[in-house]
Amino acid sequence: MSLFPRQTRQDIATKYPELFAPSAASRYAVPAILGAAFVLFVFGLVYLDFSFQRVFAGLHQLGWILMLMIPPDPGSSLVTYLHALGETLSIALLGTTTAALLALPLSLLAARNIVPSWIFRFPVRRLFDTIRGVDTLIWALVWINVVGLGPFAGVLAIACSDFGAFGKLFSEAIEGADRKQVEGVRAAGGGPLQEIRFGLLPQVIPVIAGQVLYFIESNTRSATIIGIVGAGGIGLQLAEQIRVLEWQKVSFIIVMILIAVAVIDLISSKLRFAIIGRTAAPAY
Amino acid sequence: MALAVSVLPDEQLAPLQDSYRKAVARKRLRMTVAGAVFTAALIIAAIGAEVDIKTFIAKIGNFASYFDRIFTLDTSARVWTDFGEWFWGWRKWTALLAETLLISYVGTLAGAIVAFALNFLAAANTSPAPWLQFTVKRGLEFCRTVPGIVFALIFVIAFGLGPMAGVFALAIHSAGALGKLFAEIVENIDMKPIEGIRASGGNWFETMRFAVLPQVTAGFASYSLLRFEINVREASVMGFVGAGGIGQELVVAIRKFYYSDVSAILILIIVTVFLIDIGTGWLRGRLFGAEARA
Repeated sequence: MSLFPRQTRQDIATKYPELFAPSAASRYAVPAILGAAFVLFVFGLVYLDFSFQRVFAGLHQLGWILMLMIPPDPGSSLVTYLHALGETLSIALLGTTTAALLALPLSLLAARNIVPSWIFRFPVRRLFDTIRGVDTLIWALVWINVVGLGPFAGVLAIACSDFGAFGKLFSEAIEGADRKQVEGVRAAGGGPLQEIRFGLLPQVIPVIAGQVLYFIESNTRSATIIGIVGAGGIGLQLAEQIRVLEWQKVSFIIVMILIAVAVIDLISSKLRFAIIGRTAAPAY
Repeated sequence: MALAVSVLPDEQLAPLQDSYRKAVARKRLRMTVAGAVFTAALIIAAIGAEVDIKTFIAKIGNFASYFDRIFTLDTSARVWTDFGEWFWGWRKWTALLAETLLISYVGTLAGAIVAFALNFLAAANTSPAPWLQFTVKRGLEFCRTVPGIVFALIFVIAFGLGPMAGVFALAIHSAGALGKLFAEIVENIDMKPIEGIRASGGNWFETMRFAVLPQVTAGFASYSLLRFEINVREASVMGFVGAGGIGQELVVAIRKFYYSDVSAILILIIVTVFLIDIGTGWLRGRLFGAEARA
């Protein structure tokens, strides 16, 4: 006896009608969505003043720029650039650490398992959301108004925008923690603060440390761009050299940034795996 | 009931306790050293970044009063007492916001198309040749490591001021970021359909189309939507360097101290970003929901 009974096409068609005669809705949904997306795309191109002429002229210009970039050459400003790069790394490290230190206590307030009451949690969460909704560059402009041009404004800008992100990530990490250890501490007679210190923190610190390291990594990138609006670091040099069309210096600075980011990536991923093991990936 | 906790005799217990203490001491030592190194790094960074606590304390009042000022109209009334005056430029601003959204849409879609074309070459399990995989991977990495706004600075000079530079900058950065994520999805697929198509005589393109694509479309769409969300934020600051969108207006307002305009534009941006977040979140939920039901 054969394992598969003989079936004609008719049998299969009666068994799975939706595969042989799909309804019009499911049949035309995908082409309709794709068509709408395409129409919006073309409309966008027209609205934003795209024309073949402009694109080709631009690409031509871009080709020239790329040719002028080779070979990368710092001229006589290597020391300035290294100093600026150091400034950028300092901004990233300091900004991220400040943000983490400020966000940790507040994120406890935003976690459901610490503060069951909706009344406290809701405003803290909205605060985090609002801060996160404002881009780092905007924060940099605001802080420049407050403490003046320079890297310190950059530190405060990174600290501000990361404060929002950390608050959200930390409170999620805390909510994901296991309840049992907290109950254990309570059963042994610990007070609320001891529950947090001995029941909760040992579980969430590795996760949080991993996220902080990941942010230091990604903030090396953010710290390069806040210089463009005047908040110190290598971005300032980069923007200046682009404005005066010193393309060899521009490409040199870009290569410097790429190398710095790669090195920080390497160090922090080593540290991260040492702290949390290979499996846990950051949520961002 | 008698408690049956067996306590070892002292001569056996002593070495155990000893090794426990040593382990704890070792851990403490390591923590102290790590803490010291970290603190030293922080101090060096503080010197490098010209941190000045004195200025900070002297000027921190400015930060609070800044928010006070941006919520005050020129007539020194609170902004919410006169919405017409506060949002006086709403026609211009909403048009610029629409431009921002279009920049991010066109940039994301163009980037997603490039990423889609390249990711099958970058994924370890579908790439036709190792050298090709290596080249494409490094290229994508370059695209996503250079910040979008740096591309925008360069493109503004090549393409001229205006949204076109912003679109290209977003497209390149998105292609780099999405290419990597797409390739990771492709690397996680079930390989059996691929064997099936190969066994029935399909070439590389047919394998990608009929074996890989059906498994990955939902994931691709989901990541593209997420990228769109991020790009809306990015596009809102592209104007800082002259690459179109609402950013231009915002940076002028901040630099020229048009205080109530700053708060009005910021609120418009935050609300837009918030709405886009909710909208794409809902869409992604529907996409993944549909995938789960199938």
